[in-house]
Amino acid sequence: MPTNIKPVTNADTSPVIDMTGIKKSFYIGTKNELEVLHGIDLTVMPGEFLSIVGQSGSGKSTLMNIIGLLDKPTSGSYILNSSDISLDSDEDTSHIRNKEIGFVFQTYNLIPRMSALKNIELPMLYAGVHGKARKERAEELLELVGMTERMQHTPDELSGGQKQRVAIARALSNNPSIILADEPTGALDSKTGHVIMDIFHKLNEEKGITVVLITHSHELASETQRIVTLSDGLFIDNPELSYSDNMTKGI
Amino acid sequence: MLLSENIKMAIHQLKANKLRTFLTMLGIIIGIASVIAIITVGDAMTKSVMNSLNSMGTNNIEFYLTSKSTTDKDGNVETTGVERDMKDSDYFTDKMMTSLKDSFGDRIAGISLSAELANGKATQGQKYARIAIKGLNSYALTQKKLTILAGAPISDRDQNASSKVALVSDRYVQNMYGQNADLKSVLAKHVEMVSGSSYYSYTIVGVYKYSEDQNKMMTGEASNGSGKNLQTDCYIPLSVAQQALHSDALYGDFTVIAGTTDDATQLKDDISKYLNQHFYENNDAYMADGYSMQADIKQSGEMMGTLKLAISAIAAISLLVGGIGVMNIMVVSITERTREIGTRKALGATNRSIKMQFIIEALVICLIGGIIGMILGSVIGIAISKMIGFVAVPSISSVVISLLFSMGFGVFFGYYPASKAAKMNPIDALRYE
Ligand SMILES: Nc1ncnc2c1ncn2[C@@H]1O[C@H](COP(=O)(O)OP(=O)(O)OP(=O)(O)O)[C@@H](O)[C@H]1O
Ligand SMILES: [Mg+2]
Repeated sequence: MPTNIKPVTNADTSPVIDMTGIKKSFYIGTKNELEVLHGIDLTVMPGEFLSIVGQSGSGKSTLMNIIGLLDKPTSGSYILNSSDISLDSDEDTSHIRNKEIGFVFQTYNLIPRMSALKNIELPMLYAGVHGKARKERAEELLELVGMTERMQHTPDELSGGQKQRVAIARALSNNPSIILADEPTGALDSKTGHVIMDIFHKLNEEKGITVVLITHSHELASETQRIVTLSDGLFIDNPELSYSDNMTKGI
Repeated sequence: MLLSENIKMAIHQLKANKLRTFLTMLGIIIGIASVIAIITVGDAMTKSVMNSLNSMGTNNIEFYLTSKSTTDKDGNVETTGVERDMKDSDYFTDKMMTSLKDSFGDRIAGISLSAELANGKATQGQKYARIAIKGLNSYALTQKKLTILAGAPISDRDQNASSKVALVSDRYVQNMYGQNADLKSVLAKHVEMVSGSSYYSYTIVGVYKYSEDQNKMMTGEASNGSGKNLQTDCYIPLSVAQQALHSDALYGDFTVIAGTTDDATQLKDDISKYLNQHFYENNDAYMADGYSMQADIKQSGEMMGTLKLAISAIAAISLLVGGIGVMNIMVVSITERTREIGTRKALGATNRSIKMQFIIEALVICLIGGIIGMILGSVIGIAISKMIGFVAVPSISSVVISLLFSMGFGVFFGYYPASKAAKMNPIDALRYE
């Protein structure tokens, strides 16, 4: 049974994310259709820190990509910041991704051969922010993630944790309303993972940014306000079940 | 996103992989360079050949006497007239000249008549200078377009009075009176030459500037070195030469200068017809015929144009290959940068800005390649032209055309890969392994 887990706080304001009956199928070959998400209902309120957990292959990334407008659901309705995005053109979805959403990937995805500063400037470049303002903002963000001294370094000169900090700064550059982080600490050791998590907590608490996090780590998930568990393309009530074996690996 | 940002980004990207960028550019460089070099050399050659042909006179029509003959169906020439040597009554006469001028009016700008008298060494004590004495009528003299350095040209009065006067070249003066001789000092002195049993002596009235080009053009061979005692022309009135030759006003050939260039070919036919009808109808062996350079010039101009086009087309193929090289590299680069494209889309790049980014990248490669190729091609073209003895000036039009062309190539060959990149689904691009 799909369960819509209601947020505890901010009940009076309108949600950032409001999903109902989201289904997603992949076509593999001509006949076979693989349904990965079977009808997801999800509501996220502004200022929430939500973590999505679940077994590998349960559809977490697929859901995250739909939330982040990188992919379209096969059916269901998705209202982001009070507007229905299902009919939007490429131009519009690009614009929403640019302004409203900040992505943090497991593999960092910094643009190679571009300095940390330039990487952070990129979303502002697409937003049409002018040179000087762009640079100032990027420097500000580098300071926020504690990477000021590495400003001119290219990704191949940075450690994994440093790259992820630059990636977080980049995700923040256009003041998004949500940060989407798909296993941001998955490639880092647990100590560095905690440094990254501390940044998310700081952003959430001090700046009130909504954060949606996918993690395999029970420990990191337990630090967040709310945990939802995906199992075979559906949210389940009892998280304990899904944590049983592979969640312990992440800790 | 701003165009300048896109250009900056493209340059940054191209700098990041210098060797590949250079190798990609090489195709464009070679293509543009060869096209420009060929055009430069071709232009120089055409201009030089045309110039010399033109200065020999596009308006000039030469008339001469030829055996009466017809050509049969198989192309064999059959002589219908009697075969015999020419006698005085066969030659062109002053009467014919007058009659031509009267009949054709403005269509004839002038008739140039000349007679070669003698070649040899003019002497002055121990000193000597090689000269060719030529009798020219006043129109033939003006056709020479001489630059008079001292004295005056032969006047019409001298022509009519058959004055024994002469124009000599500055080279003659130098050979005879030393390198630094004052040209004015030779005026009123005599040119004296003995050739066979004849003795010639004329009073110098003017000194003209010897022009190597003119000489080369007229004799078909270049003179070697300025220090040599080379033969120059000594011009005297036509009637004086005729008297010395003991001939009346008879000419084996003459040159008509057409009033307008356009008329030259037609005038040639008309005059030939006129002469043959009025003066040679009853001649048993000879008739008049004409030759106009204009048809030749037109033909050689057309030929050179065709040749240039053909070679340019071959060079253009190398440009095409270069363009395909650019396209190939763009396709490879886009495949390699699939994740980057996905990331850019995730960060808010629209399809349009992705397309723009890659088109501009291709455009920058082609434009830089085009500029380098253009410079290289001009240098090579000028060098080759110089080597084969022509003066080349790279034309503004070829510069503009090559730049526009290379930009066009960039857009054309960048468009497909760029659209491919733009059309990528963001999530597929991000998941690309
Ligand atoms: N583009 C696709 N084409 C076909 N199948 C896909 C595609 N994307 C995802 N899937 C399938 O959907 C299912 C869910 O994948 P997803 O990446 O969402 O899992 P996940 O929960 O993020 O797993 P993990 O924890 O390992 O990252 C998997 O079975 C996967 O094979
Ligand atoms: Mg995943």
